[in-house]
Amino acid sequence: MGKNVIIRKGYDIKLQGAAEKSVTDIPISDVIAVKPPDFPAVTPKLLVETGDEVLAGQPLFFDKNRPNLRIASPVSGEVAEVVRGEKRRIMEVRIIPDKGGMRYVEFPKDDPAALSREVIIERLLESGCWNYIRQRPYTLIANPEDTPKAIFVSCFDSAPLAPDLDFVKDFEPENLQAGIAVLAKLSADKVHLGLKPGQPEGDFPGTHVVNHHYFKGPHPSGNVGIQIHHIDPIRKGEAVWYVHLQDLLMIGRLFREGRYRADRLLALTGSCVTWPHYLRAITGQRMSDLVGGRLKSGHCRVIQGNVLTGKTSSAGDFLSFYENQITAIPEGDQPEFLGWLLPGFEKLSLSRTYFSWLFPSRTYDLDTNMHGEERAFVMTGQYDKVLPMNVYPVFLLKAILARDIERMEALGIYEIAEEDFALCEFVCTSKIDVQKIVAEGLEYIRLEG
Amino acid sequence: MKFLKNLVDSVKPHFSKGGKFEKFHPAFEALETFLFVPADTTKHGVHVRDAMDLKRTMVTVIIALIPTVLFGMWNVGYQHHLAYGMEVSVMDNFLFGLWKVLPIIVVSYAVGLGVEFAFAVIKGHPISEGYLVTGLLIPLTLPVSIPLWMVGLAAVFCTLLGKEIFGGTGMNFMNPALLARVFLFFAFPAYMSGDIWTDLSPEAGRAIVDAYSGATNLVTFDANHAHLQSALDMFWGFEQGSIGETSVAACLIGAFILIVSGVGSWQIMVSCFAGAWLMGAFLNLVAPSDLPTHAMHTPAYYHWLMGGFAFGAVYMATDPVSAAQTETGKWIYGLLIGAFTVVLRVFNPAYPEGVMLSILLMNVFAPLIDHIVVERHIKRRMRRVGGV
Repeated sequence: MGKNVIIRKGYDIKLQGAAEKSVTDIPISDVIAVKPPDFPAVTPKLLVETGDEVLAGQPLFFDKNRPNLRIASPVSGEVAEVVRGEKRRIMEVRIIPDKGGMRYVEFPKDDPAALSREVIIERLLESGCWNYIRQRPYTLIANPEDTPKAIFVSCFDSAPLAPDLDFVKDFEPENLQAGIAVLAKLSADKVHLGLKPGQPEGDFPGTHVVNHHYFKGPHPSGNVGIQIHHIDPIRKGEAVWYVHLQDLLMIGRLFREGRYRADRLLALTGSCVTWPHYLRAITGQRMSDLVGGRLKSGHCRVIQGNVLTGKTSSAGDFLSFYENQITAIPEGDQPEFLGWLLPGFEKLSLSRTYFSWLFPSRTYDLDTNMHGEERAFVMTGQYDKVLPMNVYPVFLLKAILARDIERMEALGIYEIAEEDFALCEFVCTSKIDVQKIVAEGLEYIRLEG
Repeated sequence: MKFLKNLVDSVKPHFSKGGKFEKFHPAFEALETFLFVPADTTKHGVHVRDAMDLKRTMVTVIIALIPTVLFGMWNVGYQHHLAYGMEVSVMDNFLFGLWKVLPIIVVSYAVGLGVEFAFAVIKGHPISEGYLVTGLLIPLTLPVSIPLWMVGLAAVFCTLLGKEIFGGTGMNFMNPALLARVFLFFAFPAYMSGDIWTDLSPEAGRAIVDAYSGATNLVTFDANHAHLQSALDMFWGFEQGSIGETSVAACLIGAFILIVSGVGSWQIMVSCFAGAWLMGAFLNLVAPSDLPTHAMHTPAYYHWLMGGFAFGAVYMATDPVSAAQTETGKWIYGLLIGAFTVVLRVFNPAYPEGVMLSILLMNVFAPLIDHIVVERHIKRRMRRVGGV
């Protein structure tokens, strides 16, 4: 049975440059890269060497600590280079793709409903598709030996300029259905789908273990962590698995097509983009092939992901494994004369200290300026307004800063992820790096707790 | 603007690392960021930031204080001329007040900011904007007859012992401006009570009228509450008192600005007023019926109008650093301030201005209130998730 959850706390940052529902197919780059740092807590051990021929779906490296986690090549071709960083850490495995069409590792085509849980897990691991299944707490790749207490899929993205997942999924309804069937097998008895009002349950069909919940309200209502919190909160020692909706399509493809096909839809968004729309590209494509020629002139920042949680990228960078969005916004590296004193009709603030609050439906062309300097924590109650969780954010952050594990646990560290606190960071008057503190806290408790 | 920017940029190297005046970098930075919102961009985490910063916050509070400043200046002139039985224009009253009040404000800012800059330079930390508000709050809580050296002393005490000793703005646990006032109140009682509330500088050929009394309503009501000025006079602020505290109307305009802008906590303001009224009403109920002039009989809502209650509730109790931080905590904190103010006023004539002391007392208790709220929150969490 599904629940109806009304999210009252939160905020939708209305930015200019939402993606138009139109798709450009991006030709495959002359070099693509798989980046081990995309996979948190994975220590890569290479399975291939420079010069090796690989097929799409063939593992490139595995995790030293959990050897059954393998990361596969998204394309067929020749391993061109292994790029290493500090302490010889592997940063990229670069592959020159085949010119004459993709060659795949062929897996059996099966109806997942007819397979056993063990077979499904084995096939997901073999193909590298397991990496799409992640767990909370800690936002890691799920541990195949665990039995999760539930599996969650958020079927909409509420982040600024986020891709419309309905648009994305409607290209492959059968693959979606197969993906949901896989999850139904993986979980002991609970799959939770988080929908927003207007999404018909029938679009996400599944067996009796599949529950449809509706979340109404502003961002972060689409964050899976918020949905988990309201449906089935995580206790110490428990793990909840989750899959992004687009990643679920990949899993569906594996079982229906027998291949690891790694192309996905990316929303190219932001006020610096000449024509914001969707791109179909393969994981690991070079960023210059995705955004080159598609940006307005001027000093822009290209972000993989959305403006709240994404990572700054550059032309020479490669598309990360879990990305569904690219955002380009102007760099705000110009000083502004008495900017803190002006009425500020064009400035966005959740407080009503700038007069832009008189125009609630306006969309904004925000840049990356800090709008002030970091200060000691002064204003109270700000974070609470944008965090729809039964958590006291400031006290939890203080517990993290004090490295007090007992207190972190009591205040709900297992339920949170960095992305859930992104809006707290956005609103912070004292310009504190909230997500960084959360990340440090989660890392600390993962290693020490 | 280009000219200013070029000027700032040209002297900047001297204040940067390795420059001649490297030590004074915090002072230079404060001036530079005052003129120009820096070009700093987001580095990690979110890529866009809310436009509000601490400067904007503080300037909003200053704007909210302007009604009390303007009215206070007028009232200084009005009370002065009233004491001499003179009828002058609104403008003349205001100009008289401006002439008397401006030096107090200037001294407060100059001395306080001087200490802040000195500390920033010595300790090498950036200058926080907190004093922009504190520097205006201090004069508004003082009687107009205050000697300027005492204003300076208060500013030093406030920045040193109110803030810097704890690590600067955001680290203090008591409201610095109130701490400055309470310091003067206890250190120099002769200057802080008695016939000090009206500027009685001589007027040529005039003598103080017989009807003049230096007693404020707070003193009057303890003797006989029936002798208070009318509620309307007290609401508008046609009464003696500290420079900025007399007009409830001006405070309400400020409260409106603070609440609409989201800078001040409406929970604290509402609960302060509620606490005072509830305690006042309770005292009315239990007041001795054989003593009809006893202060306990004062109508409950008079406590909103007398003295600096509204000023304290709107501008002082809401200081986010020293107030309770949790939502529930804010309600408790405000209610207790309101209630305690009335208790002090009614039962302790030695300290007529109860609101000052009760805010400071609750500042001290705010962490405890928050602690209790958070512990209850943890208990509820445990129940909900069935134990951690």
